[in-house]
Amino acid sequence: MSTPVLELSGISKTFGAVRALSDVDFQVAEGEVVALLGDNGAGKSTLVKVISGAHPADAGGVIRWDGRQVGINSPSDAQRLGIATIYQDLALCDNLDIVANLFLGNEKLHFPGTLDEVEMESRAMELLDSLSVRIPSLRVPVASLSGGQRQIIAIARSLLGQPRVVMLDEPTAALGVAQTAQVLDLIERLRDQGHGVVLISHNMADVRAVADRAVVLRLGRNAGDFPIAETSYEEIVAAITGAADNPVSRRSERTGSSALATEDK
Amino acid sequence: MTQQTPVSKASGEGGAAPAEPMRDPRLLTTVASPKGWLDALRRRLRGGELGPIPVIVGLLLIAVVFQSMNDRFLSPQNLSNLTVQIAAIGLMTTGVIMVLLLGEIDLSIGSVAGLSAAVLAVLAVKQGFPEWGAIAAAIGVGLLIGLVHGTVFAKLGVPAFVVTLAGLLGWQGVHLYLMGSDGTINTSPNGAIAMLTQTYFVPFMGWAIAAITVILYTISVFVVERSRRRARLPYKPPSEIVFRAALLSLPILGGVWVLNQYKGVPLAFLIFVGFVVVLDLVLRKTRYGRMVYAVGGNAEAARRAGINVDLIRISVFGIASTLAALGGIMLVSRNFAASVSTGGGAELMMAIAAAVIGGTSLFGGRGNAYSALLGGLVLGAITSGLLLLQMDTSVRFMITAAVLLIAVIIDAISRRGRKSHARGGA
Ligand SMILES: Nc1ncnc2c1ncn2[C@@H]1O[C@H](COP(=O)(O)OP(=O)(O)OP(=O)(O)O)[C@@H](O)[C@H]1O
Ligand SMILES: [Mg+2]
Repeated sequence: MSTPVLELSGISKTFGAVRALSDVDFQVAEGEVVALLGDNGAGKSTLVKVISGAHPADAGGVIRWDGRQVGINSPSDAQRLGIATIYQDLALCDNLDIVANLFLGNEKLHFPGTLDEVEMESRAMELLDSLSVRIPSLRVPVASLSGGQRQIIAIARSLLGQPRVVMLDEPTAALGVAQTAQVLDLIERLRDQGHGVVLISHNMADVRAVADRAVVLRLGRNAGDFPIAETSYEEIVAAITGAADNPVSRRSERTGSSALATEDK
Repeated sequence: MTQQTPVSKASGEGGAAPAEPMRDPRLLTTVASPKGWLDALRRRLRGGELGPIPVIVGLLLIAVVFQSMNDRFLSPQNLSNLTVQIAAIGLMTTGVIMVLLLGEIDLSIGSVAGLSAAVLAVLAVKQGFPEWGAIAAAIGVGLLIGLVHGTVFAKLGVPAFVVTLAGLLGWQGVHLYLMGSDGTINTSPNGAIAMLTQTYFVPFMGWAIAAITVILYTISVFVVERSRRRARLPYKPPSEIVFRAALLSLPILGGVWVLNQYKGVPLAFLIFVGFVVVLDLVLRKTRYGRMVYAVGGNAEAARRAGINVDLIRISVFGIASTLAALGGIMLVSRNFAASVSTGGGAELMMAIAAAVIGGTSLFGGRGNAYSALLGGLVLGAITSGLLLLQMDTSVRFMITAAVLLIAVIIDAISRRGRKSHARGGA
C-alpha cells in the first residue's frame, strides 16, 4: 500500500457510560477502498463520525493527514482537509430543496454573501446527470423524495467538494438494484481517480465486489485487518462475531453451506 | 451505469453535457400562456401549496365585511392610520419570524419593546440626550439583550422558551425599574422620535418609491431568468415576468394611490415594509438566510454541513430583539410617551399570531418575511374595523383568536396533501 492519506491511532470515544470506541487504529490510502465491518453497535458509525468531526474523539488519540498530525474537532475541520461523509442517518434538511441541500455549507456565491442559484442549479444538474440520477425537479424539498433518492442526494452532496477521502456509511441499504450498482460503480470510479474510500456495509457481496481491504471492529475495538482478495468469507465472519463458532457458521452447517454460496458470490 | 462521465470532471465543467439534457418525463411543465399559468396555479392549489392565497382572501373578506358595516373602513384616512398602527407590532413580528424559522420561540419581545421604550424616554427626556442618540441607544440595548438570549440558548443549551420566558419577566422588571416613580414619560411631540410616525411623504415621493420598487423587481427577475436560460435551466419567459410584475404592482401602486389621497405614504409603514423586504432578500438570496432555514429544518444536518449553528442562533435572537426594540420605539413615537405598560399588553401575542396567520410555521424551517406584512395587515384591519364599530377589546381578542385558529387549520389541512413540506424522515 502507498502511504496513507488518513491515519488514526489509539482513538477512543465515550458517550456517557458507554465506551463506543477504545484504542482503535485505522488508515486509508489514496486509491484504496477500505471496508469497515462489524456487527450492529460495533462502533462503525461512531468511528465515521469521529473522522468527520461530527463527534470529536476523546483526548489521547492521534490523527494524521498526509503524515502530519491534525485535530478534527468540527465538521468544517474535516471538510477543510478534504474528507466527505455520507452519514447513515442522512444529514439532509427536509425543508430545503435538492439544490440547497447539495450545496449546504458550500454555497456558490456572487457578491459577498449572495447565493448564485444559477451556478448551483446547473452544477447540481450536471452532477446528478453524471450519476444517472433522474429526479423530476431539483426545486422540490427533499422531504418529498423517496428513501433511495434521498440517499443519492446525500452521496452526490459529498462529491461536490472534490474530497480526497470519501466515507459512506451503509450507502446502499435503502437502494434499489440499479441504484446499488450505480453506487458501487461510483465507488470504483472514486478509487480510480485516486480518492480514498471508506465503505461501511453489512452486505458482504458489495464489500467483496469493491473493497481492497476490510477492517473489522468488534465491541468498539480493532478485530482484524484483512486484504479482501486473500481472505475467505468465514475468516471475516469469525472476526466480526469473535468466534469460529458463530451463528453464521452454525447456520451454514445446518443448511449445507448454501447460505454462504448465495451470499458470497 | 449507462453513463461513464467521471464525476469530478462533470461537476467541474459543463462542456461534455448533452446539448439538451433530457427532462424527467414525470415533470409537468408550465406552458407560457395565461391558460398555462392558470393550470399551474390549479395544480399548486390541488397539491396543497396555498402560499399566501388564504391570507389574501381573508384580507379581502375582512375588508368587504367591515366596509359593509361602516363605510369609513376603506376610507384613505382609516387605511392610512391602519398602516401606521401596524408598524410597531409589525416590526416585532418580523423579528419573531426569524426565531420561528429556527423552530424556536421568543417570548420576550414585548418586554424588550417596553424596555427599549423606557430607555428611549429616560435618555431623551430625563437625561437630555439628543433624540437620535436615544434611539440608537434603545436599539443597541435591544441588540445586546438578543445576543444574551441567543448565547444562553445556543451555548448553554437552555431551551429558548425558558430563556425568553425569563427575559419576559426580567426585562419587564428592568423596564419598571427605569421608569421609577413615573407612570408615563412624555416625549417631545416634534423631535426625531415623533417624526418616525408623524412623517408622510409627498405624493410624488410615494409614486417614485413605488415605481422604483416595481422596476427594480422586474429588472432583477429579468436578469436572473436570462442567466437561467443561458445556463439551460428551466426559466420563466418574458411574458410571465411581465405578468408577475403587473401582479406585484397592483397592490403597490394601489396602496400608494390610496395613501396619497390622505397624507401620503407614512414613514413608519415604509420602515416596516422596508425591513420586511430586506429580511426577505436576506432569507432567500443570501448564504446567511440559507443557513437560517437549514438550522430550522435540521440543526444536526446543518452542523454536519459545517454551519456554525451557535452563531446563527445567537445572531437570529439578536435580530429579533433588535426589531422588538425598534417596535418599542415606534410605540413611543405614536403615543408621544413611554409608560409602564408599553409593550406589556397584547403586543407579544399579537406579534406571534401575526406571524402564524401570515403563514410562518411554529415548527421551524418554513415561512417567510412577508408573513409579517400579511399577518400584520389582517390583525390591524380587524382592530381598526372593530374600533370603527365601537366594539371593545373583548370582541377583538375573540375574533383574533378565531382568525388565528382558522389560519392554522387551513395550513394543517393543506399540508395533509403536501408531503413535500412535511417535516421529519422519509
Ligand atoms: N450519540 C450517542 N450517544 C450515546 N451512545 C451512542 C451514540 N452514538 C452511538 N452510541 C453507542 O455507541 C455504540 C456504537 O454505535 P454505532 O452507531 O457506532 O454502531 P454501528 O457499528 O454503526 O452499528 P450499525 O451497524 O447498527 O449501524 C452503540 O452502543 C451505541 O449505542
Ligand atoms: Mg452504523
